[in-house]
Amino acid sequence: MWDYGEHALETARLRGATYADVRVMHLRQRDLTTKNGEVGTLGQHESIGLGIRVVANGAWGFASTDQLTREGVAGCAAQAVAIARSSALAKKENVQLSPEGTYVDSWVGPCHKDPFEIPLESQLDLLLAVDATMHKVKGVTLSETDMQFRKIDTWFASSARSKIHQRRVISGCGIVATAFQDDGIQKRSYPNSFGGQHVLGGYELIESMELLRHAARVGEEAVALHSAEQCPEKSGTLILCGSQLGLQIHESIGHPIELDRVLGQEANFAGTSFLTLDQLHKLRYASPIVNVVADARIAHGAGLGTFAYDDEGVPAQRIDVIKDGEFHGYLSSRETAHLIGLPRSGGTVRTEGWNRLPMIRMTNVSILPGQWTLENLIADTDDGILMDTNRSWSIDDRRYQFQFSTEIGWEIKGGKKTRMLKNPSYSGITTEFWNSCDAVCNADEWVLWGTPNCGKGQPMQVMGTGHGASPARFRNVTIGKAFAKQ
Amino acid sequence: MKPPPKHRISESKARQAAGLRPELELHQIAATVLRLAKQRGVPETEVHIDENIQALTRFANNTIHQHVAEHGVVVSIRTAADGRTARVTTNRVDEDSLRTAIEDCLSLAEHQPKDAKLLPMPGKQNYRRVRHFFPVTAGLTAEERARAVKNACEFAEKHGQVAAGIFSSGQQQSVLVNSRGLAAAYRQTHATFSITMQQDSAASWAKGNSGDVRQFDPAKLTQTASQNAARAQNPTELQPGHFTVILQPAAVLDLVGFLFYDFAATAVADKRSCFSGRVGQAILGRNITISDDVYHPLQLGAPFDGEGVSRQKVVLVDRGVVKGLVYSRRSAKQGGTKPTGHGFPLPNEYGEAPMNLVIEGGTMPVDEMVASTERGLLVTRLWYIREVDPYEKIMTGMTRDGLYLIEKGKIVGAARNFRFNQSILEMLRNVEQLGPVCRATGEEAFEMVVPPMKIRGFHFSEATKF
Repeated sequence: MWDYGEHALETARLRGATYADVRVMHLRQRDLTTKNGEVGTLGQHESIGLGIRVVANGAWGFASTDQLTREGVAGCAAQAVAIARSSALAKKENVQLSPEGTYVDSWVGPCHKDPFEIPLESQLDLLLAVDATMHKVKGVTLSETDMQFRKIDTWFASSARSKIHQRRVISGCGIVATAFQDDGIQKRSYPNSFGGQHVLGGYELIESMELLRHAARVGEEAVALHSAEQCPEKSGTLILCGSQLGLQIHESIGHPIELDRVLGQEANFAGTSFLTLDQLHKLRYASPIVNVVADARIAHGAGLGTFAYDDEGVPAQRIDVIKDGEFHGYLSSRETAHLIGLPRSGGTVRTEGWNRLPMIRMTNVSILPGQWTLENLIADTDDGILMDTNRSWSIDDRRYQFQFSTEIGWEIKGGKKTRMLKNPSYSGITTEFWNSCDAVCNADEWVLWGTPNCGKGQPMQVMGTGHGASPARFRNVTIGKAFAKQ
Repeated sequence: MKPPPKHRISESKARQAAGLRPELELHQIAATVLRLAKQRGVPETEVHIDENIQALTRFANNTIHQHVAEHGVVVSIRTAADGRTARVTTNRVDEDSLRTAIEDCLSLAEHQPKDAKLLPMPGKQNYRRVRHFFPVTAGLTAEERARAVKNACEFAEKHGQVAAGIFSSGQQQSVLVNSRGLAAAYRQTHATFSITMQQDSAASWAKGNSGDVRQFDPAKLTQTASQNAARAQNPTELQPGHFTVILQPAAVLDLVGFLFYDFAATAVADKRSCFSGRVGQAILGRNITISDDVYHPLQLGAPFDGEGVSRQKVVLVDRGVVKGLVYSRRSAKQGGTKPTGHGFPLPNEYGEAPMNLVIEGGTMPVDEMVASTERGLLVTRLWYIREVDPYEKIMTGMTRDGLYLIEKGKIVGAARNFRFNQSILEMLRNVEQLGPVCRATGEEAFEMVVPPMKIRGFHFSEATKF
């Protein structure tokens, strides 16, 4: 693979590129699903190709090809240079890149049990057994399960002579029970909704999730929601479970700190950010107990945002995003870091595949654990609502105003979890919400959740991001607006 | 609309620049797969080959900041034997790789339980012709896109505004064959110009999309976004509540587009559709008629589905009554009816969906809707729309890039953006006026043919800060 990369770099240099980096990527993916006791999707996907990014005439160009021959690769590199020259027609300034070292390295992410080596029968047997357990719960009208495995090899080379190979195996699984009655549709998911939990790792994730042990409960809760009371509309105390807090972090912290958004580069599609440059080190983003980092290092955990080098060849780093409640840092790239006075990129640039341009993406944007156990937190709450497992999420294009709903809620009265509530939702303004946080649970409750489906960019790229979170409490939150009388 | 003459591209130049392989080459790859599978003794094989050439020029802060191109071929193989089927996809098209893909597919399939409901693959089909490939679009070059973008950026600078957006173009072809003699082929082009104009803290947006790049004019779209950004200044903060709204086509599309899967027979059978238990009922207004029609002149898309079955026009809602659903071969057999040509590639758990929705329009232009409104809001587009309640089809989302207050028949200024929580079913019972249809393009749903709508009682629940 290195030969293809080096040939592309050499062609770009000869054509006049002043900088180039190339990624040869080999992606393998397996998808398994079941529905109502039958196999749904059963497929495998393989894709291999090369993408090259160049600077010529001071402007960017990118081209990609699946023709892995010397001729195909050279043609692709020449096309990237020609595109860069046409970009220069509407150029205001020459592209500048923050300085970065040269690295020659190879890294393999954690994977104890290669999911592609696990017999397919055992994978399907597990999913079908879980499916059957959910479906036999009276009132469950739809039972679904899924597993997804990916193995991604990337060979990165740059005109600065870096050569880096990385292998990442990603595994995920989830189960869903849906109950339809005359009054509507209710569902419960485990371990998370919208595809479940995904991590950097192998089949050991699937085993650790104990899907079968949770199947009956998931089905029973989906049915029980129909008899539950409607979540009230009020202002009050909210406790979010870890997976929902992970998504809250993703939407109201992770996206606003992307420097390309802040600088207007996503204005037409994903949007901009309320975190304008004058807010850095000044904005009271959250209450003083809130500390958030963006950490791509394996030391933080094996998440979807974990790697050794980003797709610009910058080593993985930990960035303080919110420190004792104060806004401390953005997610940056080699092109944007110097614009805010940083000496180097924060190492957050990633690509979905060989045919997509690398761009700033969240790594593992996580809240650091606090002191509470969930049991003690509930005991300390006189009147509140506990919400678990996301059902819908939405936030404006500058990331101020959000609304989330969850699959299930529980009323807390006098320090005890009491009746089940259906259709829970909450909404607010990002900084007001985070400043109302008065408790974060401890490391025992902390999980590095995976969000496998984050969309950004044009053409759209889907990327996995990580979000470490434990349950947390918020005060004076607007609750129940989503289902307020229409 | 046609672009100014200086941007026109000659047909001969376009043909030179077009880079898809001859269709015959794709058929040859497919024939290789069928031959290898037959040698291996596979009873039934399906091969779907897609070739894509895509390019996109992206701009922000009045300059090009991303500029990309890609070209790829993907071969997707499905084998079926003894009630077991699976799919393997690869972009390696040499004979050894295709042989490996077939083996992988057989291996996947043989390790699953037998599916008694698996149908034999369909035989030869007849297809209605569609013309969705325009050489002029296929021939659009990086430099031509860059020049159009440069014009837009210069226009923005001249008006004290900041432009961001894309100009993309592409071409694709598909070949679908199976071992029972089915053979289908399709090619299309597409182009999109989207622009956001920012002026101080306000913004507005315009977007065009077509198979034929001559059907929209980047300069006109730039002017529209610019004018609307200028009048989006100094927005008033209004109290949330129920408003009469006029939704521009992009706003209609992005909201109503969320209904598409509800029209799938499989979704209704699974009881996850908002039409479960409601087929045949008048649950929308009498002025609402919705069909799925790939042959509509403003639509793009192949005239066959994921199994190669010919797509039919289906009336889904007739004057407010949910009349029809779309069916794959499997769901049609279960429902005792005929397939409509809307199935997804097998195997899958979702069945089918209409991908070419057309909502019948009226005659009233948006300007006249505004003139007829005592108090209301004109909505440019909606953003981050998500489902809050699947059965009442309550959706939440935000207004974006231009929300304008109407009083006494005139636009009197801009309003701060709102969050809405609104049932689509209720909304489509409250449509007061419909405008002429267009090929609408947004960001939340795929392109459809829809009219602008004037709707009473649209529910805004909260406001944001801009």
